[in-house]
Amino acid sequence: MTTMTYRESVRAGLREALQRDSRVFLMGEDVGRYGGTYACSKGFLDEFGPERIRDTPLSESTFVGAGIGAALGGMRPIVEVMTVNFSLLALDQILNNAATLRHMSGGQFSVPLVVRMATGAGRQVAAQHSHSLEGWYAHIPGITVLTPATVTDARGMLLTALEQPDPVFIFEHAYLYPMEGNLEEGPMAVDITHASIRRPGRDVSLLTFGGSLWKALAAAEQLAQQGLEAEVIDLRTLRPLDRDTLLTSVRKTHRAVVIDEGWRTGSFAAEISAVLMEQAFYDLDAPVARVCSEEVPIPYPKHLEEAALPTVEKIMQAARSLYKGAAT
Amino acid sequence: MAEFVMPTLGADMTEGTLVQWKKREGDRVTKGEIIAEVDTEKAAIDVECHVSGIVERLLTKPGDKVPVGTVMAVIREEGQPAAVPSQTPQAAPQAMPPHPASPSAGKTTPSPSSGGRLRISPAAKKLAAERGIDPAGLQGTGPEGALTLEDIARAATGTVGAATPAPSAERQARMRQTIAAAMARSKREIPHYYLSTTIDMSRALAWLAAENGRRPMTERLLSSILFIKAVALALRHVPELNALWQEGGAVRSERVHIGTAISLRQGGLVAPALHDADRASLGDLMQRFQDLVKRARAGSLRSSELSDPTITVTSLGEQGVETVFGVIYPPQVALVGFGKVVERPWVAEGQVMPRPLVTVSLSADHRVSDGHRGGLFLAEIDRLLQEPHSL
Amino acid sequence: MTTMPSNADAREQILRLLGDIAPEADLTALNPDVSFRDQLDLDSMDFLNFVVSLHQAFHIEIPESDYPKYMTLNSCLAQVTASRP
Repeated sequence: MTTMTYRESVRAGLREALQRDSRVFLMGEDVGRYGGTYACSKGFLDEFGPERIRDTPLSESTFVGAGIGAALGGMRPIVEVMTVNFSLLALDQILNNAATLRHMSGGQFSVPLVVRMATGAGRQVAAQHSHSLEGWYAHIPGITVLTPATVTDARGMLLTALEQPDPVFIFEHAYLYPMEGNLEEGPMAVDITHASIRRPGRDVSLLTFGGSLWKALAAAEQLAQQGLEAEVIDLRTLRPLDRDTLLTSVRKTHRAVVIDEGWRTGSFAAEISAVLMEQAFYDLDAPVARVCSEEVPIPYPKHLEEAALPTVEKIMQAARSLYKGAAT
Repeated sequence: MAEFVMPTLGADMTEGTLVQWKKREGDRVTKGEIIAEVDTEKAAIDVECHVSGIVERLLTKPGDKVPVGTVMAVIREEGQPAAVPSQTPQAAPQAMPPHPASPSAGKTTPSPSSGGRLRISPAAKKLAAERGIDPAGLQGTGPEGALTLEDIARAATGTVGAATPAPSAERQARMRQTIAAAMARSKREIPHYYLSTTIDMSRALAWLAAENGRRPMTERLLSSILFIKAVALALRHVPELNALWQEGGAVRSERVHIGTAISLRQGGLVAPALHDADRASLGDLMQRFQDLVKRARAGSLRSSELSDPTITVTSLGEQGVETVFGVIYPPQVALVGFGKVVERPWVAEGQVMPRPLVTVSLSADHRVSDGHRGGLFLAEIDRLLQEPHSL
Repeated sequence: MTTMPSNADAREQILRLLGDIAPEADLTALNPDVSFRDQLDLDSMDFLNFVVSLHQAFHIEIPESDYPKYMTLNSCLAQVTASRP
């Protein structure tokens, strides 16, 4: 087993993709000469040349649109958008073009585009660089939304994404880039159709994805010491959602806490909660609980930022509130 | 008309199963007489009636499990006319807090939500339907008192063959749960402080040996009776330890009912009361203690014995331990522990000599008393044990 | 006039008295030379009750100072048979 950082794993995936398929190229702000805002493409300009590692103007709409065009023309573009906040400038291209062209052309056109972007808070980069909007993207039919949380998924999901005939959006939680982890054995490309049980348990299901996975696992560890065995489910793919895995878990534990760094109102956690109401209502022994971000622009000061985000303590409290011992 | 309700027989009892009525409708019952046998998590208990009169109606059937506070029978007190049938109270279980000494009751009443709907989880409701259980009268333990799967499952096992006391393995499991709940509550809510002192038992034991020599075999005393009596008398000097914590404050008890921790042979323990221990003679206490131990182990304690101890005495010395660090049984505010009587070097009148010693410890609720008063209490026990003839 | 019990009868009766006090115990596994209290987890109340039941069954007077002589099955038997007239 190899240990590497999440950043190195993304980089390994990109290099593998660039090496194995000449149709693959990377473009985005600062991906070339600067080596990528998060250093995921460091050294690639020298290694692969300016044709395949392309710095773009600061215009998300333009370069995402160019990516769509290249994909339509037979290429396999990987577009890096610096943060999910900036991706809103490209929303017209994403929603009105990338997600719709197969449908509007009666299946004649494919858009095999991969867009990667950083999401999430926790690094004191304030309200214009810290939001978690992957739940919004999961609203859009016609695209695939991936949230790799582990080192193995960071590399593998990118490679699987490039095999898809339709647009795939990969949300990399920026807090995870320096995190070290073990690269699991097996084929590089990973399955993206299933959620994963990251820790089995019988008393409560913690349903989460992306950066919150590690908080949920830490909470499960501490809950276990208090006698509450939590099952941690990593959703991995928000669209299309693997309902079976999470329903199976909740039908076993009868209790669910959904952890989502997005704002609570209209969050992806709300969608999960609705799925549980629709398909597991008679298996629920307590209301579904949600741990989401506070409904404020993510603050800059460290203590306020932390207060606004899901924490291990909040997750534990939510899990315990589903049992009588809510006071403990 | 008086109502006979399911009594609370311990701080954490929430429900009980009627095993049998000892009276029939129309029978006369006197205050203190046993009217029913009730099965709880701990044991089958003979429940005494609190009033005298004629049993007008029996509302609960043997085998029924009902929450604490449920009206089980209506008793027409002396001199009252018979009830008109239409006025007969309904058998509907009531959610009223049964006993002021049971603060937990207020938190987990089965709370119908607004609109009178029962607060029950969807999964619990489904299970109740499958098992044919009416959840209406059950006590919920989930968030905000909601009925959960576990509540229904428990009711389901309780319903099957409920007219007979539960089998011992199941009772043991439930007793463990009851003890767990009481002890967890104690450690959660009561700020304990602990004091201990070592007492020279040579005078007390010499007196006891002489006393037992005079007594016929069947009336001999155990040293634990001296301990119980000494505790009861010492409480007169430090009465704040003889109290119950009720609704945010300590309420002193005029009478001294000593709960005596009795371990059951199959595991678990109960701590039924020796009533008015301060006023009873040693011989009387011994006889009642013997009877209590026998009935505790046979599972036939009386309701008043379980519900009203005002302090607990535990004596773990049998197992050879020297010091007890006890956990207070809520809503009581103190527990006194006696260890094993051991022979050890002791300095008296400037000389080291072997003496039988016992370590007595006090676990007390710091909300109610302070270490200084606790210390006086232990000193008083010591003083009393030095004058065993006065006990 | 009563017939004196044989040794085997006395043993049988002592075991029955113990069984009343510790109904869950497996008395067939009892080591006759090791203290009951340790083997059957008897407390002082149980032991007192046992001695009183011996007193009633065998009509013997047992001073408190002799209680230690009744701690094992064999010593009990010896005491009970020795007390016969």
